[in-house]
Amino acid sequence: MRTIQPSAESTILLLRELVSHLRENRTQLREEWARRITEAQLLTAMTKEEIFAEATSVYDNYVEVLETGSVEALQAYARNLSERIIPRGVETHEVLGIVLLLRDVLARSLFKKYQADFDLLNRVLDAYEPAANRIANTVGVGFVQERERIIRQQQEAIRELSTPVLQVRERLLILPMIGVIDSQRARQLTEQVLRGIRTNRAKVVVMDITGVPAIDSNVANHLVQTVDASRLMGATVIVTGLSPEIAQTLVTIGVDLSKMNTVGDLQGGIEEAERLLGYKVQAEQISG
Amino acid sequence: MEVPILKQGDYLIASIQAALSDEDLLKLRDELADRVGRFRSRGVIVDVTVVDVMDSFASRTLRTTAHMLRLRGAETVIVGIQPEVAFAMVQLGLTLEGVTTMLDLEEGLTFLDQQKKRRAKRAK
Amino acid sequence: MKTATEVQVSIRSDTDIVIARQQARSFAAQLGFSGTDLTIIATAVSEMARNIVIYAGNGEITIEAAQDGAQKGICVIARDRGPGISDVARAMEDGYSTVGSLGLGLPGTKRLVDEFHVVSKVGEGTTVTIKKWRR
Repeated sequence: MRTIQPSAESTILLLRELVSHLRENRTQLREEWARRITEAQLLTAMTKEEIFAEATSVYDNYVEVLETGSVEALQAYARNLSERIIPRGVETHEVLGIVLLLRDVLARSLFKKYQADFDLLNRVLDAYEPAANRIANTVGVGFVQERERIIRQQQEAIRELSTPVLQVRERLLILPMIGVIDSQRARQLTEQVLRGIRTNRAKVVVMDITGVPAIDSNVANHLVQTVDASRLMGATVIVTGLSPEIAQTLVTIGVDLSKMNTVGDLQGGIEEAERLLGYKVQAEQISG
Repeated sequence: MEVPILKQGDYLIASIQAALSDEDLLKLRDELADRVGRFRSRGVIVDVTVVDVMDSFASRTLRTTAHMLRLRGAETVIVGIQPEVAFAMVQLGLTLEGVTTMLDLEEGLTFLDQQKKRRAKRAK
Repeated sequence: MKTATEVQVSIRSDTDIVIARQQARSFAAQLGFSGTDLTIIATAVSEMARNIVIYAGNGEITIEAAQDGAQKGICVIARDRGPGISDVARAMEDGYSTVGSLGLGLPGTKRLVDEFHVVSKVGEGTTVTIKKWRR
């Protein structure tokens, strides 16, 4: 467990005194803080009661950190708080704002309490400030981390959503690819196609890239790999919607398209796919 | 680990049951070549559904096996390559060129039946 | 769950190749790698182990966790005291092989992983190190 700064005994005693001061004046300081939050127009997305409830929790956690020197409980609380308030549109500056306000409110109460003894006030602040700053830091970082986590999650979701694997007929899958494709997304698409082939027992896959503005050699290689891997699983890939620009790029960078089954547009691709599948249906009918 | 080889009509079906060493794979190749001749089989299916790694050696051995068996008169189909395995194979540059691959055993049998019919038609 | 910090497999024959790749797969699974990456790691280790069997006769594979800043992943080292490779750059060209294997071994392995490093000295042996990061 990490503890607060080394100046040892005296610091610990001072913090202990501080903690009891904050406990004694809990009601009043908490109200003062909540009032200043409202005044500064922070957390406008929340009601007064909600602000007060959260203020109480933050306050108690704050005192606990000062007392134990461990920020673990506060970290967990900050994460939990962030999870609840991020969806309501609370911004980073608001979260930092309220923690800094609390720091100021408490500091002022210390000024008042120790105004007669400037030397003691100095020592109390020496003990208080590093702890208070660490608390502000913990809450701020916790909030930002939670936001980043949510952003990552959303990116992931967008990626998954951006290319549906559609089964239009038995054994026929269509992938309408839209937007910019980077290596990571290309790889994901390949995996999606291969899993799709297995789960849908697909025989033909039509990959339509009409909505893809550009392709680099990396992505082109992924396309070729998708075609090859699909074949290993017994499925044929038809690529449709190659724009003249993309076709030219592919030829220029020397991608081997000889194995790629390409058809001008999506409709033509589906017709070709049905021809491939239809041939099989006829063959089975003969065997009756 | 021995690979069981089932005879079903004109066909032989070899289902790999567990991870195979290089030696096991070579044994499978020789065993199939031998039985295709003995049973005058017209088709062979090698089921690799449970294979979780297909490296260059396995891939090359399967390919030569398929080509060998074709020369011995049996069309050969590899079935059951898993999505992840297929992905790793193409990254490694292994595409089993010239070898027929199908989704699963059922597809493999359908394919062999079609081939048989086509051959019969041509013979008429 | 605590994982073993490293796994060692000595490679003497082709059955050890199977053991090495199974160990690599389960170690990687414990490190949190998923589906496709497990297969890719196992395949890469298979190639590395085969390289030992074909060119050196025997050697060893060490599998351990890797970390670089916030990146976490797996590191596999294949060591042998075989004849060594005189021209590493050439050995890394697709299709190059000295004993009639497909010659995809090393260059293929490089395509499977994120980091790839070969140190070889003629007469002393070869060390191949690969790293794959978790996505």
